[in-house]
Amino acid sequence: MTSAHPHKIDFNGVPAVSMTGINKWYGAYQALRDIDIHVSYGERIVLCGPSGSGKSTLIRTINQLETHVSGTLIVNGIELTPGMKKLDEVRQDVGMVFQHFNLFPHLTILENCTVSPISVRKVPKREAEDRAMHYLERVKIAEHANKYPFQLSGGQQQRAAISRSLCMKPKIMLFDEPTSALDPEMVREVLDTMIGLADEGMTMVVVTHEMGFAREVADRVIFMDQGQIKEVAPPEAFFASPQEPRARAFLNQIMH
Amino acid sequence: MELIETFFNWDILIRSFPILMRGLGNTIMLGVASILLGTFCGLLLCLVRLYAPRPIQLLAIGYIDIFRALPILVLLILIYYALPFIGIRLNSFVSALWALSMVLAAFTAEVCRAGIQNVPAGQFEAAATLGMPFWMSMRKIILPQAIKVIIPPLTSNSIAVFKDTALASVVAMPDLLKQAQDTQALMANPTPLIGAAIIYLVLLWPLVRIVGYLEGRNQRLYAR
Ligand SMILES: Nc1ncnc2c1ncn2[C@@H]1O[C@H](COP(=O)(O)OP(=O)(O)OP(=O)(O)O)[C@@H](O)[C@H]1O
Ligand SMILES: [Mg+2]
Repeated sequence: MTSAHPHKIDFNGVPAVSMTGINKWYGAYQALRDIDIHVSYGERIVLCGPSGSGKSTLIRTINQLETHVSGTLIVNGIELTPGMKKLDEVRQDVGMVFQHFNLFPHLTILENCTVSPISVRKVPKREAEDRAMHYLERVKIAEHANKYPFQLSGGQQQRAAISRSLCMKPKIMLFDEPTSALDPEMVREVLDTMIGLADEGMTMVVVTHEMGFAREVADRVIFMDQGQIKEVAPPEAFFASPQEPRARAFLNQIMH
Repeated sequence: MELIETFFNWDILIRSFPILMRGLGNTIMLGVASILLGTFCGLLLCLVRLYAPRPIQLLAIGYIDIFRALPILVLLILIYYALPFIGIRLNSFVSALWALSMVLAAFTAEVCRAGIQNVPAGQFEAAATLGMPFWMSMRKIILPQAIKVIIPPLTSNSIAVFKDTALASVVAMPDLLKQAQDTQALMANPTPLIGAAIIYLVLLWPLVRIVGYLEGRNQRLYAR
């Protein structure tokens, strides 16, 4: 890769993710209310808000782990509708990193990274392994390639999970609280990996309470409460003077 | 001494041995065929039960309930003696194969369901997120993890089915038990029956041990 921004994509202003008027109910409970978000390629969004505000529901709607009930969702130029046929294809281009890693315990780290490129993308085995080693080196766990997930620390597992996603060469990466299941001393190594990814121009939507990370890489911070987007602002503005009282209260709480 | 002459007559045992062996061949064939067919159908049934559209799911649930409740012997007799009344005439081997594998399928479906539901939701989600279609994620991610939980009860059920092959003697299939009974009548001595019992034991006892071992190993794994 020669470009300084290997993940940078420009589709003449076509957004990577475009949500318009998205609503979602769990039974009678409305988890998402009239959500409007437009994410450009190369943009980094940090989603924050109190527990139960709908952050996970929102980010999981983007790759349809949760289906929306109404509204329009367009990802990589393709409109996603519940039960659609080509969903698997859309998901190939949208990586996701989970709070609890969700590595495949019966496969080695290397196999975790190659299983999908080989079987879904039909990449030849050798090439998939080379690619996997490349990303594992980048997240600095190449020496653990032949171990099983349970043999790694939490931070290492999360970095392995990130490289598993990257091996699919996604256009967008989603992170749902990637560091909140980690011991404090391992948070840094995962955040550094994510910052590196952001520096290369990856389009990222990140749910996190790591406000240092938000300050450093986010183009926009989105604050959610009770299933609604309450505030959208650049990190400097958001942290200096949040407009919403709820956002102010939330910031006060997590800063102390 | 007279007891041994009667129940364990070496001479009679030697003479009946070839006949028993022929019976054993039929028993093994029936057992293995039932286990393969029943297990395969059971896995399919389980996937239908879990992932098919609702009405078809209900059919699967109905099937599983009925065939778990119905005694194999009753089913076998129905197939062998009742079906001919509607023009379906199956020989004793095929009748027994049907009865055994239909019941095993129902039990296997439940065992597989427990195994699949034991795999954390996050594994399904991770596979889906990587763009894997349903069948591929089943084959590459979910089933390999479920199999550890499935194997011990599956083996246990297979042993049960293997034992139940003896029921086929009721519909005159020349299996191990039937051959032993016939030989006993012919030679007017119960030794062939004892021989058959010993053969069943020798065949199944190692399997019983293996199940015990596997269950113990799983328990140790979960204890961690
Ligand atoms: N599967 C579900 N069934 C019913 N209600 C759900 C389900 N998943 C989430 N909810 C509810 O929807 C709301 C939003 O949940 P969500 O997980 O999106 O919140 P969150 O902002 O990610 O919270 P956290 O910071 O605790 O992860 C919560 O009130 C939650 O109880
Ligand atoms: Mg959440």
